[in-house]
Amino acid sequence: MSEQTNGQMPTTPHTIQVFRLFERIWHWSQAASIFMLVFTGLAIHGTHSLISFGTAVKLHTGVALALLLLWIFATFWLFTTGQWRHYIPTEKNLLKVARFYAFDIFKGVEHPYHKTYRRKHNPLQAITYLLVKIVIFPAIWISGIAYLLISIGQGDFLGFIGIGFIALVHSAAAIAIIVFIIAHLYLLTTGHSFKEHVMPMITGYDEVELTVEEWAFLESNEPDKFKHD
Amino acid sequence: MDINKHPGSRHSLLLLTLTGLLILVIFLLSPANADHPEEIELGISEYTQTDQKHAVSTTRQESSSTTDHREIESLKGPFSNGPEVTKACLECHNTAGHQFKKNKHWTWEYKHPKTGQLLGKKHLVNNFCTNARGNEGMCAQCHAGYNLKDDNFDYDNEENMDCLVCHESTGTYYKTPTTSGSPACSIMFDGKDAIDWVKVAQSVQMPGRTNCGKCHFYGGGGDNVKHGDLSSALFKPTKDIDVHMDAQGLDFSCITCHVGEGHEWAGSRYQMTVNDEDGTGKPGMPREVASCASCHSNSPHSITTVLGNKLNNHTRKVACETCHIPEIARGGVATEVEWDWRTMGKLENGEGYKLKEYTQGDGHHRATYKSIKGSFSYAENLQPMYAWFDGTMNYTTIDMKFDPEKGPVDINSFSGAHDDPESRIYPFKRMKTTQPYDKGNNTLVYMELWGDTDSALWGNYDFGESIEAGMKKFKLPYSGEWGFVETLSYWPINHMVAPKEDALDCNECHAKQGRLQDLEGFYMPGTGNSKWLDLIGMLAILGTLAGVLVHAGIRWIATKRRTSQ
Repeated sequence: MSEQTNGQMPTTPHTIQVFRLFERIWHWSQAASIFMLVFTGLAIHGTHSLISFGTAVKLHTGVALALLLLWIFATFWLFTTGQWRHYIPTEKNLLKVARFYAFDIFKGVEHPYHKTYRRKHNPLQAITYLLVKIVIFPAIWISGIAYLLISIGQGDFLGFIGIGFIALVHSAAAIAIIVFIIAHLYLLTTGHSFKEHVMPMITGYDEVELTVEEWAFLESNEPDKFKHD
Repeated sequence: MDINKHPGSRHSLLLLTLTGLLILVIFLLSPANADHPEEIELGISEYTQTDQKHAVSTTRQESSSTTDHREIESLKGPFSNGPEVTKACLECHNTAGHQFKKNKHWTWEYKHPKTGQLLGKKHLVNNFCTNARGNEGMCAQCHAGYNLKDDNFDYDNEENMDCLVCHESTGTYYKTPTTSGSPACSIMFDGKDAIDWVKVAQSVQMPGRTNCGKCHFYGGGGDNVKHGDLSSALFKPTKDIDVHMDAQGLDFSCITCHVGEGHEWAGSRYQMTVNDEDGTGKPGMPREVASCASCHSNSPHSITTVLGNKLNNHTRKVACETCHIPEIARGGVATEVEWDWRTMGKLENGEGYKLKEYTQGDGHHRATYKSIKGSFSYAENLQPMYAWFDGTMNYTTIDMKFDPEKGPVDINSFSGAHDDPESRIYPFKRMKTTQPYDKGNNTLVYMELWGDTDSALWGNYDFGESIEAGMKKFKLPYSGEWGFVETLSYWPINHMVAPKEDALDCNECHAKQGRLQDLEGFYMPGTGNSKWLDLIGMLAILGTLAGVLVHAGIRWIATKRRTSQ
């Protein structure tokens, strides 16, 4: 099967490692942390009282600090490996993908996007993840650190903002994250199957369109990237 | 202060004997009280068993003083009255009189440094027995002086100072009214043993809990009536009642915290230190402040845990007392929370009586009705009320007009706000009273309660005459028309600090309907009261879920249609 899906070069599908071990650990520990933070955060906010306020504060603070550390590593990893390029927004195919989710999906049309070596996310995915990374996550961690500084008595320089507004930003960002997670999980059910979406993030391997040059490069420089059955 | 924990065998024997006697006394007295759930007691005596505890003598600690007063020639007597003892004291302590002249316990007067109000027992109207002024004959039992009878008292006569009430340590010293009351009241002070002046004079030492407690535990007319956190339970408290005064533990006296020099000591309810920013101060720095922070610093919790750090930062908004005094009136002694003067004056066979319908934790019965005072209700293990407080108390004084239509009159009110860095969330006991006022002038009133005149309320039971006489005595305007008004007073809570295990859990405040639910206008997590944010959040989340479900539904229907075609 050879087609001209992305770019001018003809590509062929190959099963290669798209998510490296660090990326997978990052994803799943981030997922677990966010689940914990949402649960404990809602307890601190006063939405539920399934755990005591004190326990919620302790867990929320501990998990948040651990996640911040992970994000420092992830940012370092993204820039040193060049993987950050996957998140550069692109208009190419953006409307096609949007159109698919809005209309074509109901007609049983195939997903218009195929993963390539250089773009492992579809354009809509890439722009969403970018927004999460540069708007929503910074909003949550900047407000979170500000809140924490005030909580331990080191936040006098933030007095002009006030903890009430900081908490509001933090809560608003949290709501945006919950909304993201709902959509993120729902989109796993689109396409072929739920399993097909989840497995790559577990095993690391997925079917990707490779140009001849890419194939040749990987074959000679990173042969272990290919799945050997 | 060195507290001797290992007295010699002689002391042990004495201690054993006294404890034995104490147990015997309690054993003999208690069944009579325990058998009857409620009692009607004829007569209007205030000195029932509950109020008599202070007469139980305390064991004397071996003094760390460098002077054994038993060896002092001038204290060998003989003395026939208090002023003679004072004269002997002042022979050696020749500046004590000069120092004490400025003390509130002597002047009964306090000029508020911030509000300029003239306060103190000499001026104030409260919502218990209402006014000491004009009733000195009775009230001066708690004046640190002799013979305060009326406004003509000579505050310059040092020999009228009462050294013994604060310094004697036998527990046998007592004071009686300085004037005679109505014959109906005279029974109150009969049958007491004469004071052994030489013995009490030789027993002097630094004031102990018994000395201070004799008056301060009985403010408002009985055990714990007024404060809620100062009761006879503090004479020999267990650790759970007061972690500092714990008789088996730290065994602090009042002056361990209420430090001072020159007969002036820290701790004023009129102008309180609610934010002691100096904390412990520099090493060796003298601190004349009775704040928690003066010993514990402003960051008393662990700095190595998340919780400890959070709590340390709470000290900027929350007073230590708020979390560390979870309940007041602990240890089996109730405090009065409501007083209704309207029922005053009911008699049985022409005689005043008391109805004791409340049985408190330690088994004693408390009067719920007294002919001379009206009706009361009590509370024990009471959750305080909380408010922002900057330490400044304002009083409704006798000359101030109020509008009785505007709801209860605040006998004292206080300032404080969530955005004021000087303020802290503070615990209070609130007292609610219905008491007489001048209906024509809309002011509080002085009543003549005590005396052998026809107008004294305690004997005559007539509000009108009592107010008339009480006001006239001080040339105060009285319209001649009186009514009842509801009043509130607020008593800051500082005592009965619980062991740390009993301190408030986060959930007590950080919860829906938490203890601070009445405090508004500031951010506090856990209360679930950010209605707009919750609404927007809920709409966003439910909206997304609905969108997803609709999307999934259409997909499902579309797939079905396609497969059936």
